[in-house]
This record gives sequence, C-alpha cells and structure tokens, in this order.
Amino acid sequence: MKFIDPHIHPSSRTTDDYERMALSGCVAITEPAFWAGFDRDSARGFYDYFRQLTEYEPRRAGQYGIKHYTWICINPKEADDPQFAREVMAIFSEFLDKPNVLGIGEIGLNKNTKNELTILEEQIELAAQYNQMILVHTPHLEDKLKGTRLIMDALENNGKIDPQRVMIDHAEEHTVGEILDRGFWAGLTIYPNTKCTPQRAADILEIHGTERIWVNSAADWGPSDPLAVPKCGVELKRRGHSDELVTKVIFDNPQTFLSQNERFTL
Amino acid sequence: MKKSTSTCDRTGLIDLYFLEHRAKLIDIGAFLDRLNRADAPGNPEDFRIKAFQKASAILTDESPDKAKRILEVFSDHTPDLADSAPLSKGAAGAAQEEVK
Repeated sequence: MKFIDPHIHPSSRTTDDYERMALSGCVAITEPAFWAGFDRDSARGFYDYFRQLTEYEPRRAGQYGIKHYTWICINPKEADDPQFAREVMAIFSEFLDKPNVLGIGEIGLNKNTKNELTILEEQIELAAQYNQMILVHTPHLEDKLKGTRLIMDALENNGKIDPQRVMIDHAEEHTVGEILDRGFWAGLTIYPNTKCTPQRAADILEIHGTERIWVNSAADWGPSDPLAVPKCGVELKRRGHSDELVTKVIFDNPQTFLSQNERFTL
Repeated sequence: MKKSTSTCDRTGLIDLYFLEHRAKLIDIGAFLDRLNRADAPGNPEDFRIKAFQKASAILTDESPDKAKRILEVFSDHTPDLADSAPLSKGAAGAAQEEVK
C-alpha cells in the first residue's frame, strides 16, 4: 500500500519507525517544525532544529527510500512570547531556500491568545511575501473549534493567501465541513486518544468526500502511531472501498497538494 | 448530513463494529462506577465530568451528527481572547465556562 505521510515528526521518533514505515509502503513524508515538548531557551535552539530538519533528517529517511520534506516556522506554543517568536522568524529566510522546505508550518494557535494570534498573522504575512504554502496546526480539544475559526479568519483577512495552498490540519467532525466550505484543504490526524481514529477518519471521508482532504499520523514524542496512514487505508478497504479510493486518500491527495511546490517530487 | 458512500449496509457495519463499541460502552460504565466509588460528598462536580454527562445524553437522542455535537459540547464557545496562555499551555478536554 504505497502512501505519503504528509505530517509526521520523525526527528522525535526512532530509526526503527522509518524502517516500519518503509516496509508498509511509505515513499515520502513531510515534517513541519513543531514544539519539542519543552520551550527552547533561545532562537539559536531553533537554528539547530531547522538544520536537523533540512540536513540530517532527509539523510536518515533516505536510508529507507523515504523522501523527506519539511516546513519552517515558530510553532504556536512558543509563539505566545512575541519577542522571542520574532527572533526566531528572523532566521527563517536562511532556511526557506533549502531544497526540502515546502513552506511555512505548522503555524496556528494553541490556547487562542492575542499573542499567538499576533504571531500567526505575522507568519501568514511572511508566507505571502515569500509566496510560501502554509501548513496549519489547529488547537487541541476544547480549543479547536474556536481556534480553527480564528485561524481561517486570519488567513482570509490577510487578503493575499490562496486557500488552495493552505492545509488546515487536525480537523475533526466539528471543524472539517467549515474548513472545506471556506476553500481550504483539510487534514485528518489519527491519534490513539485525541483527534481522529482510523474509523472516524473513514467516516469523515464518507460524509464529506475525498476532495481536498489528506490523512496523517502527526506521530511525535507522545502517544501516536507512525503507521496510522496505512491503518486508515486498511479501515477503508475493510468497509469495501476500492483500491482507487484508498490510493486517492493516502497517496494522490497529498501528492496533489504538496506538488503545488515544485520542489516536491517522487 | 451528506449521503454516506460506505459500501457496507447497516448489518455489515454492525457485524464489523459491534463488539468493539460494546467494549467501549462497558469501559465508560466502569469509568463512571470508578468515579462513584471515589465520590467526595460536598465537593462540586468536576467541570470535565459535567461536560461528559451532557455529551453522553447525545448518544441516546434521536438526532444525527452525534460525533460533531459531542465535540461541540466539549468546545470553548467564549468569544474573548486572553492576552497570553497559562503556564501549562495544555488542554483539559472540556471548556470550563461552557458547562452549566
């Protein structure tokens, strides 16, 4: 089952996971910049992290035949300190030209604060200035509905962002319809305890269709599963869906979205 | 609700999923029993459990979109934004202000 995991954080996973993903049919991944589980002490910490994403991880993934792409940003959890966030944003330009960088991400909101929103708006403006695609993190649990709407408002208010080049990730039943109706792509993240299960992701695909939707694992240092994407494929096949539909969801759709950046090739 | 494109009929879906969800339902019952055994008389009910109870009622009503409506029960619907985040930065799973 050939697949792309378009949102995963392998820098926080073991090399064994790359092997298991390759054995399961993974041919490419994209790794957005995110929170490390703790706040970094300086912008220099991000400089090192961005080097890991653009130099080291592509080599590690390549050893298993997996193409590695990435996204650069200051994540929402560390964006609540605007001065610190701007220090990090000042080093973006050095990395946006790297050959495996696809855009700005994963930007968004965490606790829906004014500080987070200010930095989100500034990063959206940077994406507009540099003509970058955007990968969006929507907040967790009780903050998701309000935060998803605030994020879409900020993207639309910028006035220069094409929604077809924006993936709004971690959608669930209460947000996916509005994301698609407003013209954005929607991402379904499969997690053991939060976000979607493979069954619920399959339900959403049955209800909302398979246009402008991708499925990802967002596997990181917390409870998560680097094989979540093929497991969703198995779930769809278990319900009798065709191989063509499964391929569209777990391979064609991420390829279509990501190929809007010509750097993305398979 | 848009029409489902599932290729399974109702019986097929029950055959696929009944045991899995029967187990989840028993887990919820056991969780509530566990809370009752640990009851602390006089203390106000935890806001997460209030939301849980409100959401549970959706399971047995006659309306569709149950997953969406349950998520909405657990969601923060307040219009205001705080200046900055609390130290924990984490989410509790239910919005404290929304459950009466």
